[in-house]
Amino acid sequence: MLPLRQRRQRSNDNLDVKNRMYPEEREKQMKARYQAAGMISVLLLLAIGLLWPARSVSAAAEGKITGTVKLDGAAPHMKGIDMSKDPFCVKQHENSPAHLENVVVGAGGGLQNVVLYISQGLSAAEASQAPAKEPVFDQKNCMYTPHVLAMDVNQKFKVMTSDQTTHNIHPLPNPLAGNIPWNKSQPPGAPPIESSWKAEEVAIPVKCNIHPWMHGYFVVVKGPYATTDEKGAYTIENVPPGNYTVTAWQEEYGTQTAKVTVAAGKPGTADFTFKAK
Amino acid sequence: MRRMMLNGSLVLTALVTIALCSLSWGQATKAEEDQRLGMESHIGKLTGHATSAQGNYRRYCVGCHGELGDGEGENAQWLEPKPRNFTLGIFKCRSTTTGTLPLDSDLFDTIGRGLDSSNMPSWNPLSAQERADLVAYVKHFSARFVTEKPGTPIEIPKKPELTAERLKAGQEVFQRVECWKCHGPTGMGNGPSAATLTDDQNRPIAPYNFHDGKRFKCGTTDEDLYRIFMTGLDGTPMPSWSDNIKPDEAWDLVFYLRSLQPMKSKEKELARQIGLKPGAAAAAAPAAQQ
Repeated sequence: MLPLRQRRQRSNDNLDVKNRMYPEEREKQMKARYQAAGMISVLLLLAIGLLWPARSVSAAAEGKITGTVKLDGAAPHMKGIDMSKDPFCVKQHENSPAHLENVVVGAGGGLQNVVLYISQGLSAAEASQAPAKEPVFDQKNCMYTPHVLAMDVNQKFKVMTSDQTTHNIHPLPNPLAGNIPWNKSQPPGAPPIESSWKAEEVAIPVKCNIHPWMHGYFVVVKGPYATTDEKGAYTIENVPPGNYTVTAWQEEYGTQTAKVTVAAGKPGTADFTFKAK
Repeated sequence: MRRMMLNGSLVLTALVTIALCSLSWGQATKAEEDQRLGMESHIGKLTGHATSAQGNYRRYCVGCHGELGDGEGENAQWLEPKPRNFTLGIFKCRSTTTGTLPLDSDLFDTIGRGLDSSNMPSWNPLSAQERADLVAYVKHFSARFVTEKPGTPIEIPKKPELTAERLKAGQEVFQRVECWKCHGPTGMGNGPSAATLTDDQNRPIAPYNFHDGKRFKCGTTDEDLYRIFMTGLDGTPMPSWSDNIKPDEAWDLVFYLRSLQPMKSKEKELARQIGLKPGAAAAAAPAAQQ
């Protein structure tokens, strides 16, 4: 085998007449190339052979990962929201004052709006399947419902408004990481906006400039995901048997990971506890 | 003794490596950008080359926009609003839809026009070829101009005839889509949400006041005004309205907004004749919502 740099140069530049060689050297080089080609094809065949049964298994027996996410310690105080700038918003909350939703704790310390996803262990094919179901992000009573919306890369989602006041929906991903920010208006009765994200990003802040208290997140992950309910419980569906790393993300407390094994017919479990600050 | 020296030198090497790594970050960015120096721009018959703009950029632009095009030039700390960070590929003045790259001609127009109410002057004293070269140079700072295509420009239908009905309809559009939330009931830039507006970098930003007669940032013609609210100004709170205002209504709104400005115009004259008061209908707006 020739030194790496030389090989690269030649394979990129077959027409280079300046690289004159003696015939035996050329023969040696050709041999090396055939060897490399042979090795690559063997590897490819092996990979296909390994992936093929894995795929059929995943179709036959889908597993799942379940668990709960809890908060250890007293739930932090969530400030009330002053909506007096917009009489419509005030009216919607006459009987139920609105609070920030950065940390939502239910009975028994269950933590809501935590996104769980598989950060390691999925094959490329499994990770690239985007579900057909379209999650919906609603602007309701001058709040985001849900506060955190998880979705797959390239999965279509909808942004709708139920309010009789104008909102602008302004997601702010990092444009250098592959997702591009946009800013669209939604006056009362406007049709839903359909969109999707090209790249994985945990998490994309979303805001409404007109109502500065409105903020939420899009969490874009590869592969199956789940969001915790008001009890902090979750179930990630459609997980093929295997060994995985599951990551839990919460907007204030960051991420935690756990190793999980899913066997055919036996769901994996992973519970998480975030410490209150 | 020897061992201690060895340890010491190891630590020193590690420290030097770390220091050099952090120093070379800027150089690495620069090297990455240099790979895109083959960038071209196409404006009409002009073809701009990034390589030809290096001299002009160093002379005229680097002080504010910085060597890496990240808006961190040495003058940036004194400026408000801040110079644009070209590496993100996000621009206010586009003829393309929100979330897409601008056309080369959009950047060309911005360089020639300058941005009113900011420190960006008009660069029309430079030749058209030099400005086209600078467009290519601005583009080379962002990898997005390699991987993405510019968006589709929005279509602007021919301006219809100004009528009293259209002027009134424009006011209704202003009420219906609630421009006044930020721009104020009479367009004075003092709406209920005006004080809390921030740009994408969380810096305070003010909505346009139609009554002070300043030039719009993205052009002064009626077509420019049409384009500004339909595409939105990316990086700012101003959203795109093209999904919710029909082309015909958009022209009505242009007429109405013109009537708010202090300059002499056909729209202002007509508004005076028919007694159209910007505040009158606007005051009823919050009540009309109920």
